[in-house]
Amino acid sequence: MKARFSLQLGSVSAALVAFALTSAHVVAADKVDPVADAKAFQNFFFQKFPDVKHEDFVNGPYSMNEDMKRQWQEKEEFPPYEFALDAGKEMFATPFKNGKTYADCFPNGGIGIRQNYPYFDEREGKVVTLELALNRCREANGEAPYSYVKDEMASLTAYMAFTSRGKPMDIKIPDDPRALAAFENGKRYFYTRRGQMNFSCAGCHVQSPGERIRAETLAPALGILNAMPIYRSEWSGMGTTSRRFVTCNSQTRAVPLEPQSDEYRDVEYFLSYVANGLPISGPGARP
Amino acid sequence: MKRTLPLAMLLALGLASAARAANEADYKAAFAAAEAAAKEAASLRHQWTTTVSTLATAKKAADGGDFDRATAAAKEAEALAKASIFQATSEKEAWKAMEIR
Amino acid sequence: MASSIRVRANATGDITEVQALIQHPMDTGLVKDSKGELIPAHFIQELKFECNGKDVFVANWGTAVSKDPYVKFSFKGAKKGDELKISWTDNKGASDTTTAKIA
Repeated sequence: MKARFSLQLGSVSAALVAFALTSAHVVAADKVDPVADAKAFQNFFFQKFPDVKHEDFVNGPYSMNEDMKRQWQEKEEFPPYEFALDAGKEMFATPFKNGKTYADCFPNGGIGIRQNYPYFDEREGKVVTLELALNRCREANGEAPYSYVKDEMASLTAYMAFTSRGKPMDIKIPDDPRALAAFENGKRYFYTRRGQMNFSCAGCHVQSPGERIRAETLAPALGILNAMPIYRSEWSGMGTTSRRFVTCNSQTRAVPLEPQSDEYRDVEYFLSYVANGLPISGPGARP
Repeated sequence: MKRTLPLAMLLALGLASAARAANEADYKAAFAAAEAAAKEAASLRHQWTTTVSTLATAKKAADGGDFDRATAAAKEAEALAKASIFQATSEKEAWKAMEIR
Repeated sequence: MASSIRVRANATGDITEVQALIQHPMDTGLVKDSKGELIPAHFIQELKFECNGKDVFVANWGTAVSKDPYVKFSFKGAKKGDELKISWTDNKGASDTTTAKIA
């Protein structure tokens, strides 16, 4: 009798232990793990395109098409973003009305720091992008903010990207539930279908890099922001990350959100983080 | 024969009401429904550009007195808005299927 | 005031390869501004490259050429150290000119 009882107890506790182990596993699967996500993201592309050098992914469609790459390399001798870059350098050096400069707002005087953006501001509890930081710098010094989708912001970010060229993307996610939530939010935005055309960012840039959408060759999502801002032949000019998010939304027939709205900042955070280690190639030139 | 007569009358009635032209009241009802759906889609941050433009088309047609066209456009706008709401709600879970793991 | 013309010329033997990037709006006159008014046509009409007193490349352009045009071409008969003169005039009567040494 006693033996049977202890056996029953034994099996019950064994069952309980087994249950505890499995529930712990289930809980762990729901936890946000950016490190694992980034590894899986990079491996997906490295395995899908084994002939593409890891650092080449930051060149977007040129990493997917040899002929386009050749034409682009030729143009890089005399890149179309030269004028915007020069304008950006001049703007960066020009003091505000109060005598201060952009250098006063940024670490290392704003030189060679682009790869650290976006970052999670723990005081504010939100993601801060480079474009947002630049406008906050302007407003803190009594200047009107620039439009996120026009030339001035594009020229400024072009210059700052240029000073970081070659440096590996280095985004940090602090051990803060709000930062993890922002990362997860950005990831969700990236994979969610939107617009009447029912496209998600992933539909083109994860499922179909190297394929065509009308006459354009699609870029891989890995490292897609490393070349920003970009001179697009389509725009006959330079455009910011904000501009690209907004136009991409309207191209899928989704009403775009406000530039630098939470979703956009979070998706920039997600895309930049999963490209950690890949070099900054901005400012870029695209078709 | 006896059974089919009332059926035939019912059909004729149905067809007759469909053949009646839309009036301002029809348009206003359709537009209100469309606007309500569009508002919900906007609050979900999943509004479609075509919903907005179709609503505008409806309003423009109504302003010009063409209530047939206005009502048809309003109904289409409502359908588009409702589809975008469906997209927003189903994507809440569906996105996970696309995720690289 | 920086020149609107960026140019690079390299000689390999008898052949000189020239690349130039010119800053110019090249407005077609068909585009409307935010107020709905047409932006008037404003484009380079003549682009000329001269070397050793001779015209080596002359282009007569119209509105079909895009903003900030890029030109690349090769020509014979010059050597390293020779001077290349580039000039353009547009439909508003504006012009710009620059010189570059062939490397």
